[in-house]
Order: sequence, then C-alpha cells, then structure tokens
Amino acid sequence: MSRAAAHVTTEDPVFYLTDEHDHAEGGSTMFGFWIYLMSDCLIFAVLFATYGVLGGNYAAGPAPKDLFDLPLVAVNTSMLLFSSITYGFAMLAMAKGRVGSTQAWLALTGLFGAAFLCIELYEFAHMIHEGATPQRSAFLSSFFTLVGTHGLHVTIGLIWLVTLMVQVARYGLIQANMRRLMCLSMFWHFLDVIWIGVFTFVYLMGMLR
Amino acid sequence: MFDNPELIKLVFGRLTLESFPLHEPILVVTFIVVALGGIAVVGALTYFRLWGYLWHEWFTTVDHKRIGIMYMILGIIMLLRGFADAIMIRLQQAMAFNGSEGYLNAHHFDQIFTAHGVIMIFFVAMPLVTGLMNFVVPLQIGARDVSFPFLNNFSFWMTAAGAALVMMSLFVGEFARTGWLAYPPLSGIGYSPDAGMDYYIWALQIAGIGTLLSGVNLLATIVKMRAPGMTMMKLPIFTWTALCTNVLIVAAFPVLTAVLALLTLDRYVGTNFFTNDFGGNPMMYVNLIWIWGHPEVYILILPAFGIFSEVTSTFASKRLFGYTSMVYATIVITILAYLVWLHHFFTMGSGASVNSFFGITTMIISIPTGAKIFNWLFTMYRGRIRFELPMMWTIAFMLTFVIGGMTGVLLAVPPADFVLHNSLFLVAHFHNVIIGGVLFGLFAGIYYWFPKAFGFRLDPFWGKMSFWFWVVGFYFAFMPLYILGLMGVTRRLRTFEDPSLQIWFIIAGFGAFLVAIGILSFLIQIFVSIRNREALRDLTGDPWDGRTLEWSTASPPPAYNFAFTPVIHDLDSWYDMKKRGYKRPEKGFRAIHMPSNTGTGIILAGISIVFGFAMIWYIWWLAAVTAIALVAVSIGHTFNYKRDFHISADEVVSSENARTELLAAGLKS
Repeated sequence: MSRAAAHVTTEDPVFYLTDEHDHAEGGSTMFGFWIYLMSDCLIFAVLFATYGVLGGNYAAGPAPKDLFDLPLVAVNTSMLLFSSITYGFAMLAMAKGRVGSTQAWLALTGLFGAAFLCIELYEFAHMIHEGATPQRSAFLSSFFTLVGTHGLHVTIGLIWLVTLMVQVARYGLIQANMRRLMCLSMFWHFLDVIWIGVFTFVYLMGMLR
Repeated sequence: MFDNPELIKLVFGRLTLESFPLHEPILVVTFIVVALGGIAVVGALTYFRLWGYLWHEWFTTVDHKRIGIMYMILGIIMLLRGFADAIMIRLQQAMAFNGSEGYLNAHHFDQIFTAHGVIMIFFVAMPLVTGLMNFVVPLQIGARDVSFPFLNNFSFWMTAAGAALVMMSLFVGEFARTGWLAYPPLSGIGYSPDAGMDYYIWALQIAGIGTLLSGVNLLATIVKMRAPGMTMMKLPIFTWTALCTNVLIVAAFPVLTAVLALLTLDRYVGTNFFTNDFGGNPMMYVNLIWIWGHPEVYILILPAFGIFSEVTSTFASKRLFGYTSMVYATIVITILAYLVWLHHFFTMGSGASVNSFFGITTMIISIPTGAKIFNWLFTMYRGRIRFELPMMWTIAFMLTFVIGGMTGVLLAVPPADFVLHNSLFLVAHFHNVIIGGVLFGLFAGIYYWFPKAFGFRLDPFWGKMSFWFWVVGFYFAFMPLYILGLMGVTRRLRTFEDPSLQIWFIIAGFGAFLVAIGILSFLIQIFVSIRNREALRDLTGDPWDGRTLEWSTASPPPAYNFAFTPVIHDLDSWYDMKKRGYKRPEKGFRAIHMPSNTGTGIILAGISIVFGFAMIWYIWWLAAVTAIALVAVSIGHTFNYKRDFHISADEVVSSENARTELLAAGLKS
C-alpha cells in the first residue's frame, strides 16, 4: 500500500496493478473466525447476564451450596485446562510439520475433552436425580443453560476435532488443514476462557452466596 | 393404521387436519391464488427449460453480485406480502366502528399485525439492506468477491428459508399473535400454546444464522479485501456505513439468538426464564430483546445514510461535504446504538435516574444524525443538482426523516413517553423513520445501482409515478396516526368505540391505498424497463457520472469485477481517475482466480426448513433425522478441497473486448 501511496505525487499515476499475484487462499479466515468467536462470546455474555439476574431466584428450591461439589468441579476444570495445553503441543508439532505427533496430541486433547464432558454429564445427572432439574427454579434454568451451552460447544469442538484428524490423516498437513487446525485452536482456547468465567462466576461465587 | 392415535401422533406430531385453516375463507382464497401463481411460475420455468440455468447460474452461485440481486428479489417479494398485511390492518381499522366487527376476527387480526412487523423488518428491510451491501461493497472497494463466497450463498439461503417458514405459516397452522417482538408471558407456552409462536421462533433463528454469517463475511471483506491504496479514510462512505452496520449485526444478532433460545427452552423444556413463577422474570426478555432491537434499527438506517451520501454527492456533482465528520457521526451512532435500549420501555419502572440516563443518551443520538443532515444540505449547496430519481428520494427522505426524528426526540422524554407509550403516536413515529429513512433510502439505492446491476436504467416516468404515490401516500397514511396517538388511541386495536375517530382511520386507509398504487407503479416500472431495455441501455458503465470504483467497470460487471486490481489515490477514486486521464487497459489480460459454485448452501437451507417445520409441529423423529443430516452435510462439505477455478485469459480478453466495443458504440451515439 505504501508503494501505491507514493504514486500520488508522481506525474504518471498508476491506477491498476498489472502483475497480479494470486491472493493467498483463506487470507481472511483467521480474522473472520475471530469475529465469529466474538459473536459467540456475546451469546455467552447474554447467558452470564441472565444467570447474574436470575441466579439468586431459588424459588424455595436448592441453592448452589446444596448442589455444587467443588472438588469434582476442580477435577473437571483441570481436564479442560489440560486439553488446552495438549492442543498447544499439537500446534507446535504442526508447526514442525510432524503429522504423527500432531495426531497424537490431538487425540489426547480429544480424550481430555471427552473426560470433561463425562464429568459434566455425571454432575448434571446427579443434580437432576436429586430433584434439581432445570424446571425447578430460574436459578437452575439459567445454571443448566449456561453450563450446558458451554458443554454443547465442547461437544461440537470434539466432532470438529475428529473430523480434522480424519482430514489430516487423509491429506496430511496441507495449507487448508493447518488453517482449520488454527481455527479449532482458537475455538478450543476460547472455550477454556469461557469456562474460567463459569468456574469463577457460577461455582466459586455460588458457594459464597 | 390411521385409527391408532398414538401412532399418528408419533408420525405427525401435533400436525392434524384441523391445522389447515380451511374455515378461514380469506386464507383459502389466498391459498388458491398463491397455488395458481406458483403452478404458473413452475410451469413457465419448466416450459422454457430454465431450471438448469437457475440452478447453475443463480441458486448455486457464489458471485456476490448475483447473491445481492437474489436478496433484493426476496425482499421485494416479501414486501408484497408485508404490504398485503398492512392494507388488511388499515381496512379493518377503518371499518370497525359503530358496533361493526370489521371483516377480521381477533385470531386472524392478531396474526396479521404480528406477521406485518416480522416480515417488514426481518424479510423486507434486512434482505434489501444486505442485498445492496452484498452487491455494492466489493465493487466499491475494488475486490473480486467477498472474503467467504460460499458462506455468502449459505447466508442468503438461510434468510430465504426463514422467509419460507413464515409464508408456510399462512397455510399450515397459524402465525404468532403476540406482536412483532413476542413479549412473554404472552409468548410463553401458557398463553400461546399453538404452533404460531414456534413458527416465529424457528423462522427468526434460521434467518438469524444467515444474517450473522453475512455480517461476519462483509466485515472481513471490508477489513481485508480493500484495493491497494484504499486506507480507511479513503473508503467510500456507503462502505463505511456498511462496515458499521456489520459491526452492529455481529454484535447484536447473537443477543437475539440467545434470547430466542431461552424463550424456546421455556416453551419446549419448561424452564423458568421468562415465566411469572419459579423465579422467572419476563422483563429480562424485554431488556434482552431490545438490546438486540435497538441496534437493529441502526443496522437498517446506517446503510440508508450511506446511500443518501453517495447519491447526494453524485447528483450534486460535488465531493461529499464533511466526509470525516460523516464517518465519525456513523461511528458515534454505532456506539450509541447500544446505550439506548431502555427507552423502549420507560414504563418498566426502573426509576427516575435510569430513565433519565436512557432519555439523555437517546436525545444525544440526534446530534450525529443532525450533523449528517447538515452535511447533505451543504453538499447540495451550490451544487449542480440533477433531479434524477435517486435524488428525488433523497430529498423526500430529508424532509420526512426530520419530522420522524423530531417525534423521536419527543418520545425520548420519559414523562412524555409515559403518555405516548404503546400509542399510535409511537406507531406513526417508527413508520416515519423506517419508511421515510430506510425504505426511501433503499429506493434511492435501487434506482442508483440498478443500471450497474443490469446494464439499463429504470423507466423514469413510472419511477416518478411510484415516487409521488409513495411519498404522498405515506403522509396520508401516517400523519393521522400521530393525531390519533396524541388523542390516546393505543396500537393493535381491532375495534373502536368512539365514532369520531373513524375519519382519521379512513384517511390513513386512503394513504395506504395511494402507497398501493406506488408499489404497483414500481412493478409496472420494472416490467416497462425490461421491455424498453435497449432504449434505456447504459453503455458506459457510468450512467450518473459517478465518483466511486463501481462505476469504473462495465454494467453489468463481469464475473471477476475488475480485469486488473485497481489502485486508489483519492477518496472519490473513480472521479480522480477520470480527472487525471485514466486509460482503460485493453491488453495484457491474465487468467483470474475465482471461487467455484456449490449447491451446499441451498441444500443446508432446505434441510433447515424441514428441521424447523419438524420442531414447530413436534415431529421429533424428523427433527432428529434432519439435525443429523445438517451436521453430516456440513462435514461432507469440508471434505471438498477444490473450491476454486481460473477464468482463462482468453475469456477475460473476449469480455473486455466486448466492453471496448460497447464503449465505442456509446461514444458514437
């Protein structure tokens, strides 16, 4: 652009480029995906706000203190944090072009993600079994929706992860696949950040209420 | 098989024969007319063997220009539906006096005013705005397409899928009877147990995905795909407004998605977000939906402001007055859009301090808006104004919008709002700004860019007919509503007690009739223009002596937009090029890298319609099957890595040579 700007003052301005270089395919993908993530972040913002407003409305039903099992949530949180670390290692392996170790780290990430989901489902099942259903009070409605939406995102992330592993196995670490792995990386770390918010705002603060 | 109610319920959900409104003669006649029209269209397409052409050249296209045009066609078709609703409301309200019940029962009338609002905002204004942005923005920034061409196609079809669901509700079941924003608890399962509310939810959710993705797409396009030399402060003003609009879309539509999802959970799962018991809070819904809803009106008006800026500058043959202030005014409006939502419900009871805050922020918006009006006036001042159709709409806008803006400031005063809340004064106000602002802007834009899109102008005589009937009709239709609102008449009433009010409703109905003639003239105009297209032909690609890049290429532009990537030195780049002796390149063309067409978008949207329908009618097996199909088709699409092709240098040469001949012919004549 600076080259073009320099022409403003010359007598014979250049109005078009004659030597066309192909635009790198997917040049806006990272930026576009980042914008998408920010819009997704707003969905969580609404759910957090709803929890903030309705989270104290127990309707004579169970409160956070009666329901939350912090050690279990701590284990759960560590699963997700570990999965972010292993994803980071997968990206490092990808940068070095090592297909095998990329796949191994991705598989490990998937296992941690699946463990997170299983623990969450166990927690949900346990609460529902005790009568703390999403229908019981506005607090529980907003709790299940916020945490469940995060869980749904992790599920989608897992499906995406498996799809990408198949694609890497089939086509190798080609440009398009590396770009997709980068997108999933952003998505995965984004879910981690959201979970930090959930852990702090819902679980820790809930126990203080 | 059919005597087992359990099995029938399993297969058809709650869809029964009673779901078809055979007892409503108005709907039956409408259905027959629509069915006959549909059969005629399908028959004609088959007879002229156009299906293959439509599929390959239009439905599966990733060309931003064609997608833009399809958005416009969708918007205009839905305008006819939305206007039919409007004229039915006007007729009912003009008739239902002195004990008369009018001709619409309450069940039907409530659906009509809801459908009117939903259709006009989501399926008329949004597609028309998105369509114009899609068509114009890449051309203005010197790009060959948008950042994500496949997503663009997908977005359009999702919007069309939402529209299809709304249309389906006309003949299968019913539509919501809640007003266009569907406040709970009325929209909750207790008071709206029927399928109408679910049509509303799923139509908006499906269309919302399209809107959000097209926002992401255009935002990335404007940030990443500008031609060399085009810095942010050399961005054409319409593209600037499009940028801000898409920021608003990306930052507002997720809120709508989330709040409708919560309402869906309340209705389908029995959660307690917006219920009156178990700790739910209906006002939470009202807050959230307006956090989306207020930015939404700026999503619609900002591009209209951009159109007026382009049109004023072009037809006054002057550089836009105060470009920089125009850009900052747009940005300020974008930010303020998020700080005013509560003025839609001052009567909630949030207290004097909160109401004052939102009242003041609302009034502050009139400052950047006023700055824009003055900028347009100063652009016109001492310009050689050409009163072509786009300019006429712009002047009508300036007069009308100022009235609507002033009544808006009036409503921003909380004590005044307590009196005027939910009255016809409010209805008159927002029609005043949406018709006088958005719709007039869209007409200005359609007349301005039509020659670019199709290579010929629209017939001016029928255009002027349409203009005068629309503008005069608008004043007849909505000024009486201001008066009625001041007298205390509330909105959405089906019958009236006080006979002295009837005359105002009759005047308003007369106005709607004038607008109908305006719409008819518009349709005649398109027909006449297509018939006389040779006489109206634009050979130069620059029929209005334009100032921005889209006028530097042929009308209609070739698939690749620009044979060579343009380099920009000045704000009014095409004007600058013309002034400094730009010579169009006539040789040295190369092959051009382009994205290829795909049918995935329309397939996904088609499955989404079935999924929405299944959810609406509780046909759970079908919902599960289509949900899995959606995931499978999406994943399948990612296994297609070959998504581009090259337009060969020979093809570029032949289409550029054709343009050279056209230009020569244009010079001779």
